Amino acid sequence: MEIVLSAAIGILAASGAWLLMRPRTFQVIVGLCLLSYAVNLFIFSMGRLTVGAPAIMPKGGFVNPDAFADPIPQALVLTAIVISFATTALFLVVMIVARGFSGTDHVDGQERNP
Amino acid sequence: MTVTPEHLIIAPILIPFIAGALMLLYGDERQRKARLALSFGSAFALLLVALELLQRASQNPLAEGGAMGFYLLGDWATPYGIVLVLDRLSAMMLVLVAVLAIPALIYSLAGWQRQGQHFHALFQFLLMGLNGAFLTGDLFNLFVFFEVLLAASYGLLLHGSGPFRARAGLHYIAVNLTASLMFLIGVSLIYGVTGTLNMAHLAGLIPTLPDADRPLLHAGGAILALAFLVKAGMWPLSFWLPSAYMAGAPPVAAIFAIMTKVGVYAVLRLSMLMFGPGAGPSIGVGAEVLMAGGMLTVLFGMLGVLGTQTLGRMAGHLVLISSGTVLAVIGFALAGGGGAVLAGGLYYLVGSTLASSALFLLLEPMSREDGDIAAMLALTADAYGIEDAPEDEDATAGLAIPGSLALLSLCFAGCLLVLAGMPPLAGFVGKVAILSGILAGDLSVPQDWAWAFMALLLASGLGTLIGLVRVGVQVFWTTEGSVPKVWALEVGPPAALLLLVVAMTIRAEDVMRYMEATSRALHSPPVYTTGVSLAPRIADQPEDASE
Repeated sequence: MEIVLSAAIGILAASGAWLLMRPRTFQVIVGLCLLSYAVNLFIFSMGRLTVGAPAIMPKGGFVNPDAFADPIPQALVLTAIVISFATTALFLVVMIVARGFSGTDHVDGQERNP
Repeated sequence: MTVTPEHLIIAPILIPFIAGALMLLYGDERQRKARLALSFGSAFALLLVALELLQRASQNPLAEGGAMGFYLLGDWATPYGIVLVLDRLSAMMLVLVAVLAIPALIYSLAGWQRQGQHFHALFQFLLMGLNGAFLTGDLFNLFVFFEVLLAASYGLLLHGSGPFRARAGLHYIAVNLTASLMFLIGVSLIYGVTGTLNMAHLAGLIPTLPDADRPLLHAGGAILALAFLVKAGMWPLSFWLPSAYMAGAPPVAAIFAIMTKVGVYAVLRLSMLMFGPGAGPSIGVGAEVLMAGGMLTVLFGMLGVLGTQTLGRMAGHLVLISSGTVLAVIGFALAGGGGAVLAGGLYYLVGSTLASSALFLLLEPMSREDGDIAAMLALTADAYGIEDAPEDEDATAGLAIPGSLALLSLCFAGCLLVLAGMPPLAGFVGKVAILSGILAGDLSVPQDWAWAFMALLLASGLGTLIGLVRVGVQVFWTTEGSVPKVWALEVGPPAALLLLVVAMTIRAEDVMRYMEATSRALHSPPVYTTGVSLAPRIADQPEDASE
């Protein structure tokens, strides 16, 4: 499972970083999305990988912490997802505004001279 | 024992939050007065609260420079709950935010506030994010407040619209979104290694970490620092900064002057806590990077100032010089010693932030008649009828002051003196404090570093002088015919900021004593860590009959 997860994070991050360097605004935004997926998975993995373990402990009595997943990274991921969702939406709006002003979807507002 | 004063610590976050939220209810253009009242009410309340908190942080005789206040959110005990921490450094930054906010708001009355919707609401949310970032004692909360202030700044940067702003805004948002992702990676790496997000708890855990985990922790710290350094504008992460600051409307750019300082603050706070004295084998990690990066930033900013023709871009590079200087000073402090140098650096930080904010406010009146910025601004001004605006509401806004050129040039000269570090204003005092600290053998870094930094500090002052004098001569001495019309509302705010700098210079001894105490507190992280970990819960305190 570790290999699968780390490969997934790596591939997402690499594709995201590559797309981020591209000259079209749409590629940039897709790159940012992929990167944020990679980061979210990464945060999740920082709580150690467990299968089928609940994050909320039952009330009262002794509970074995080993049988439970770390709840904090899950809470962090939730916050990070919400924030990156909102900022991506904002970026989309700015992207459309810039497209409207410049008439091109190049990140610099003008095509590079050949 | 009264509980109420303790709640004052959260007020700098709540006041702008509530004011901003209420303003959204007054979205109609006709309800502008209500929004203005809210906006100014909030800003002045913030200033009062910040001054009271500053008073409290500096007068508490608990420990040498270690007077602190705590606020446990939800009254959870410290390592588990989120804590707000008020110490000298954060109190100082809170006052700085409030002091910069009021002139920027007054300036916006002259017309800029009308160039788009929700200027005041966004401004309040920006203040909330800034105050929260300065107060929080929790890494993830720091991320949240950074996002709050960034989201507001995206909106503010685009305020006034236009193709130039749209393009600069696009770059600004892309860079900062990527930096935020770095922030998250760094935070989660640190959490993965240490299992805590509380800064004080983290600082306490670092000396006892097993050696195998240490490289991972350093990597986490480095990635986290990357996110802060993008905001602070350290070379080579600073290419976005001059164009973004140049594109912003003047009141926006004026408050953005403190945005780089948020990055500097986060670097200072976290590096001194995590890798400062008392960090065991991790002492001084990253000090070389900060020293070299800070110096290169100063160099880059200086070349930028000398090489650029437009005043807007020059002001952006001046911001770079200021934050580069402070970053290098932090590097020296981190490498060991440097208490007096750090105190001088903090003094310089406050002075140069005030002056660069004033300079951003001066930009637009100065270049109204000619030049690139003027053309760009004139375009938006025509579109929104900014020249007619003063007649319809405020009589004071329409007061075109006589001798405008003289007053403008006086303000400009004041900015120049502070930013170039010429006597007699605060920039000079700050630089002298830094230099005399270095000369007194306060540092434990190799002599070459210290000499290189001193040379750069002096050279950057000279570069600033040359660049700004060149612009000043062009604007003030070679104007032909028409004198630009300047409203009192536009020249008042920068003049007020500069008067503050003058006051800071006159009271230099008191201010310097405060900075020295701040620097001592930063050099002894145990004061912070034990303070936070012992922060009392209200539920544990004995009930008072008078409550």
